[in-house]
Amino acid sequence: MCLAVPGKVIQVDGKAGKVDFLGVQRQVQLDLVPEAVAGDWVLVHAGFAIHRIDEEEARETLALLRKLEAETEGGG
Amino acid sequence: MGAPVDVRAKAEELYARIEGLVRGPVSLMEVCGTHTMAISRFGIRARVPANLRLLSGPGCPVCVTPASQIDHLIAMGREPEVVITTFGDMLRVPGSRSTLQRERARGRDVRVVYSPFDALDFARKEPNKLVVFMGVGFETTSPTIAATIVRAREDGVGNFCVYPAFKVVPPAMDALVASEEARIDGFICPGHVTTIIGSRAYEPLARDRHVPCVVTGFEALDVLEGIAMLLEQLASGRAEVEIQYRRATCREGNPIAQEMLERVFRRCDAWWRGIGLIPGTGLEPSEEFSVFDARERIDVEEPDKAQDLPIGCGCGEVMKGVKLPPDCPVFGKGCTPSRPLGPCMVSTEGACAAWYLYGGGR
Ligand code: SF4
Repeated sequence: MCLAVPGKVIQVDGKAGKVDFLGVQRQVQLDLVPEAVAGDWVLVHAGFAIHRIDEEEARETLALLRKLEAETEGGG
Repeated sequence: MGAPVDVRAKAEELYARIEGLVRGPVSLMEVCGTHTMAISRFGIRARVPANLRLLSGPGCPVCVTPASQIDHLIAMGREPEVVITTFGDMLRVPGSRSTLQRERARGRDVRVVYSPFDALDFARKEPNKLVVFMGVGFETTSPTIAATIVRAREDGVGNFCVYPAFKVVPPAMDALVASEEARIDGFICPGHVTTIIGSRAYEPLARDRHVPCVVTGFEALDVLEGIAMLLEQLASGRAEVEIQYRRATCREGNPIAQEMLERVFRRCDAWWRGIGLIPGTGLEPSEEFSVFDARERIDVEEPDKAQDLPIGCGCGEVMKGVKLPPDCPVFGKGCTPSRPLGPCMVSTEGACAAWYLYGGGR
């Protein structure tokens, strides 16, 4: 249940931001990472960004997550 | 993409390192459902020496939510104009008589959300309803709910509240060690809980209880490296807090999230399903935010805690690290993911479900 997924901030609009998860865009709340700006990578959990991460690490994590998703059908 | 690391070769290297470090019986415990799944899915137990036991602690927030709290929430959901909102994981978890899923099938208004913020949106759009969000989760999740409560107050959304069933991880780890019921030589510490609280939260555990702690990520290589780091500490007689999962955690954690938790919640005692009461491991809205506490808003009493686990279910022993899932007499027979008896088999991150789905290895 504590899984957090990396995505790239596309646009910031007040306390919310548009975040791209490998092509799928979602609205994410930035209350816990207010310093995030467009272009940053963040870890997202339950619709909130919880941490800023390095781009390369984000991409690696995403590649692994995609593999994981292909093996299982998601979960918490 | 990053340079393609030769995952298999690195894994073999780590297995060899682990092999060389296990000299006698060792028990390491993880306390995160994502680690529970990772260890089973990657088949790590089958590849490490037999006397290295990998235990799954109470790492699934859904599994440790007491039946009485689910009963309480269900009772609230039967009141007029109340909407229950919850993460999907919670739907099938049994209370003592019903589940949220069954309530929904009977026509109660139970809605699954991906974020607590979605629940707040329902409240905005349906001002004549009282929207209750089921507040389960560890420190990864509780700040998102704290932030939602702050937002509700800022925006003057008065018909939103939270049923507090949160759990705080480090003091529970301490209680498990202190109880001496199971042998725990080291902790594989949860990655994303630590993103919030920082690795310093485990320092008292390492110092006062002399148990090594390594904050670990969720890929196979992360987990193997975390295990190797713990074994190295044990071999050299150290008990420190180390970070394997550098890319998402640090010693300090997320100070804004910590402040948010401090402001919106206060510590309370919490009942862990199958384990019992652990003082100071729960969170509930602080006085300042008590109007967002569902228990203040809906006047139905919390039932007592007698019926916490079905008869014959060993989930408590499993989560305390006393037993492994296959030690439970009904594992895989009377209890399977399609017909679960205990909470650890319901949630995909439960120790028993992970073991059943992917095989424990040994
Ligand atoms: S196998 Fe089922 S009954 Fe036994 S401990 Fe696991 S969840 Fe509980």
